[in-house]
This record gives sequence, structure tokens and C-alpha cells, in this order.
Amino acid sequence: MSTESRIQIETKNLNVSFHDHVVLQNIDIKIPAKKLTAIIGPSGCGKTTLLKSFNRLLEIQDDVKIAGQILVDGKNILRPHLDVPDIRKKMGLLSQKPYPLPMSIRDNVAYGLRIHSNKNKDEIEKTVEHCLQEVGLWNEVKGRLHDPASQLSVGQQQRLCLARAIAVEPEVVLCDEPTSALDPLAAQQIEKLLLKLKKDYTVVLVTHTLRQAKRVADYVIFLYFGMVIEQGPADIFFNNPKNPETKAYLSGEIS
Amino acid sequence: MNRRKLRDFLGTKLMLVVTVAVSLLFFSIFFLLLFKSLLIFEQHSLTEILFSSSWNPGFNQFGLYPIIVGTILVTGIALIIAVPISILSAVYIAEYAPKKVRKVIRPFIDVLAGVPSVVYGLCALLFLVPFVKDVVAPWFGIETTGYCILTASITLAIMVFPIIISLCVESFHAIPLSLREASLSVGATKWETVKKVIFRASAPSVISAVFLGFGRAFGETIAVNMVVGGITRTPSTLFSPGQTLASLIVSAYSDMMSSPLYESALMMVALILFIVVLLFNIFGIFVLRRANKRWNV
Repeated sequence: MSTESRIQIETKNLNVSFHDHVVLQNIDIKIPAKKLTAIIGPSGCGKTTLLKSFNRLLEIQDDVKIAGQILVDGKNILRPHLDVPDIRKKMGLLSQKPYPLPMSIRDNVAYGLRIHSNKNKDEIEKTVEHCLQEVGLWNEVKGRLHDPASQLSVGQQQRLCLARAIAVEPEVVLCDEPTSALDPLAAQQIEKLLLKLKKDYTVVLVTHTLRQAKRVADYVIFLYFGMVIEQGPADIFFNNPKNPETKAYLSGEIS
Repeated sequence: MNRRKLRDFLGTKLMLVVTVAVSLLFFSIFFLLLFKSLLIFEQHSLTEILFSSSWNPGFNQFGLYPIIVGTILVTGIALIIAVPISILSAVYIAEYAPKKVRKVIRPFIDVLAGVPSVVYGLCALLFLVPFVKDVVAPWFGIETTGYCILTASITLAIMVFPIIISLCVESFHAIPLSLREASLSVGATKWETVKKVIFRASAPSVISAVFLGFGRAFGETIAVNMVVGGITRTPSTLFSPGQTLASLIVSAYSDMMSSPLYESALMMVALILFIVVLLFNIFGIFVLRRANKRWNV
């Protein structure tokens, strides 16, 4: 990791279990700010769990135990009595499948704005347009902002979800295999957007396709059976991995 | 044709015949009721029946107005009490209650939904009637026997709770976790998520739950009959005794053989019940379609 880069998210000895089944063990990672960090590993290795621990989304499920520390900008977000919605607001989420809220296209983007800011109607309208422009959706939807968001194509829905996420001005965008449900063209659009986003946001991308990680990542974290095997800058990770398991994964021997 | 194919053929036809027979029931009941009601319509006009306020079969008076008013009041107030309470309770069970509490509460509610209505009627008779007479009515400075519209409404509301709660909890659970995550991840609180996302996403199912609750309340007979007072006069307050359509039939059926006209009048009451339930079902389908169209996820 280059020295000038600030650490946005850091975990210390993070352990997560569901129903007494250990999913993440002793996770110590550092995620640099305003870079794209890819979390890779075979399915079921805990990538999504790790991602959702960053904005405390794990705890809405039953029987989850979380121990250790997650430092966001140096502050442990697992401390009790914190304003959880405020933590989540700083981290936008893009999930595997797009989940537009059951409302119009415009209201989807305005949803978070109306909750957090006391912007007036015109300002909200402007922000909605700006966010939709950012994700390249404005020209496709400007004539039907009042239509239900569910009428959009899946690829458009995913971009809408991204617009919804960035509308509340988060610092981090968490992406959980955001292209896995999309056709190649739509996937490419999302990938391009992620590369654009990392100028302004810290992007964390969970992906199970190595090629995608190679294309976009600045920094890579390799998880295997709930443990961090190796992490480091992408060029070193891909060209000169140290761990034998990383080598095996990169060469396709384990998947 | 070999035996396997023959069995397949016979099985398919048998199911078809049974299904057609069941569907025919709908029409047979409808036409039976209609046919039996013809006599009363020959002697009394529909407006007279619906809007005249004296029900006195012995004197050839068949005005249903007081009973229709009683039915609307009892059912309406029952739903006004039951729907908000049930939905809030369902939200708590589905969204807020810890898993352990949820696991304990749900079976109780499901059992409550299956308790025979006469049991509710008895409990209402023993506790609710004196409660309304001695506690609720004095607050309003009204004297009542306790056998009244309000008592019947509360009884029905209690009977309808478990149905609406159970169905709503189920529909809230059917909403994908990821939709909640989508709302929470922009920094919405739980309540904002429930109010703006969960309610909308489950609106069609919640609406069907309310319609089912209506059906139960509207058609409930015995529990209402035990506490409503059974007086066919237009109720002047909620503490007045009254009568509902379904309860009227059960009160009068032992006398109805006394005259063909009386029998026909009760058949017509049954026909009204049938038609209202039918219309409400059609209305329900219509509302569901609109809700689905607007908010489908």
C-alpha cells in the first residue's frame, strides 16, 4: 500500500459467527481510502459477511455474534450506544441483485435525501438529477421519473441502486458482487462506474471473478475459509503472491 | 391403453369432475337462495325491504334497515379497532421481537385463530358484557345492559386479531432481507424502513389480510348473537342493542317455518350475505391488482 494513502477501514481481530458456526476468524485488514479494494475468495468463504460487517448490517439477522474491532476513520464502530443509521449512512451498499425500493424512480434516489437533509423540493430534484447523471441513467429515465422503479431493466435497476447509495454522500461504497446478476454489457457499465467512483469514494468490491478483480482492483484481500490468507496492493498480489494458497487460487487449483 | 396411462387418464378426469362439482356449488347456492327469496320480492319492493325500519314478520313487515345499520356498525367498528392494532402487533412480531419471543408468540396466535367462535362468545358474555355495562358505558354517562353494538364489535375485533396478525406477519417475513438492507444502508432507521418500505412492499398482502378479517367479522354469527342484544330497532348509540344480518338468521330460524313469507325473508337475508361477500371478494381482487401494479417489487 502506498504510504500517502489514508486507512479508511481497519479491522482488528474481527470474529463473526452465525448460529455458533464461525464464519470469519481473526480478520485483520486495512482498506485504503479512495481506492478500489477487492475482496476475493471462493464462494462461502465469508466475503459478503465481511462486507456487511462494515456497515453493521449483519446484526439485523438472527443469532449473529460479532467480536473484535472495526475501525472506520480510526473509530471503532462496534462500540455500544452508537448511532447505527449514521454509521450506515457513511457506507452505501450495492447488493448482488438490485433491490429497488417499492416506489418511483425519483423517490428511490430521493429516499435517503428526504431522511437526512432538509433540502427543499428543488434542491432534492437537482440532487436526484445529479446522481442519476453520475450513474449514466439520467438520459434513459428523465421522461419517466414517476414510474415504478421495478419497471426498469435489471442493469438499470442496479445503476439506480448506485444512485440511491451515492445520493446521501457516503464515504465508502460497499459492493457485493454487483455484476453477478447482470448481462455482460450491464456488468461492464457497473464496472466502469466503480472505477469512476473511486476518485471520490472508497470502494470495497466483493467479487468471485478473478478477472474482474484484476481489471479494477488497487488493493486485494484474499479470504479462504473465513480467514485472510493474503492482502496487498493488486500488482504485487497478482504477480508475486507469497502464500502457496494464494498461488493455488490464482492458478485455478482451488476455487 | 396400458394401465399406467389409464390410471393417469382416470385420475385427471376424477379431479376435473370433483372440481367442477365444487364450483357448481357456488351457483347452486346462489340460485337456491335467489329462488327462495322470490316470494318476498313479489310482495315487498326492494326499497321497502332495504329502507323500511320495521322488522315484524308476524305483522307482515320486513324492513331490514335497522339490521343493515347494525351489521355495518358492528363490522365497521370491529375493523376500526382490529386493523391498526393487528398491524402494529404484526410489525412488532415480524420486525422487532427477538427470535425467542417470536417463536413463543406465533403458535399462540395461530391457535387463537382456530378457536371456535362460540368460545369467544362465551368469554364475551362473561367478561365483556359486564365490563361494557359497568365500566365503559358509565364513562360516557350512558346506561346499558351491556348487550349492545359496542360489545359485539369488541368481541369481533378480538376474533379478527389473530387472523390479520398471522397473515401480516407472514407477509412481512416474505419480504427479502436485501430490501431491508437497501433501506437501512442509506441510513434509514428501522421505523422509517417499516413505514416507507415494508408497508408498501407488503401492501397487497396486508390488504388481503384485512379483507379476510372483514369476511370473518361480517359473517360471524354465534358470538355476535350472544352479545349484540338481538333487538331489531335502529341503534341510537353504540351502547344500544342491535342485530346483524347473520345473527338475525340464527335467532329466527326456529320460527321461520311458521310462514312461507317469513322463510323467504330469511332466505333473502342469506342472499344479501352471499352477495356482499361476493362483491367484497371482487372488490378485493380489484384493489390487489391496483396495489400490485403500483408497488410491485
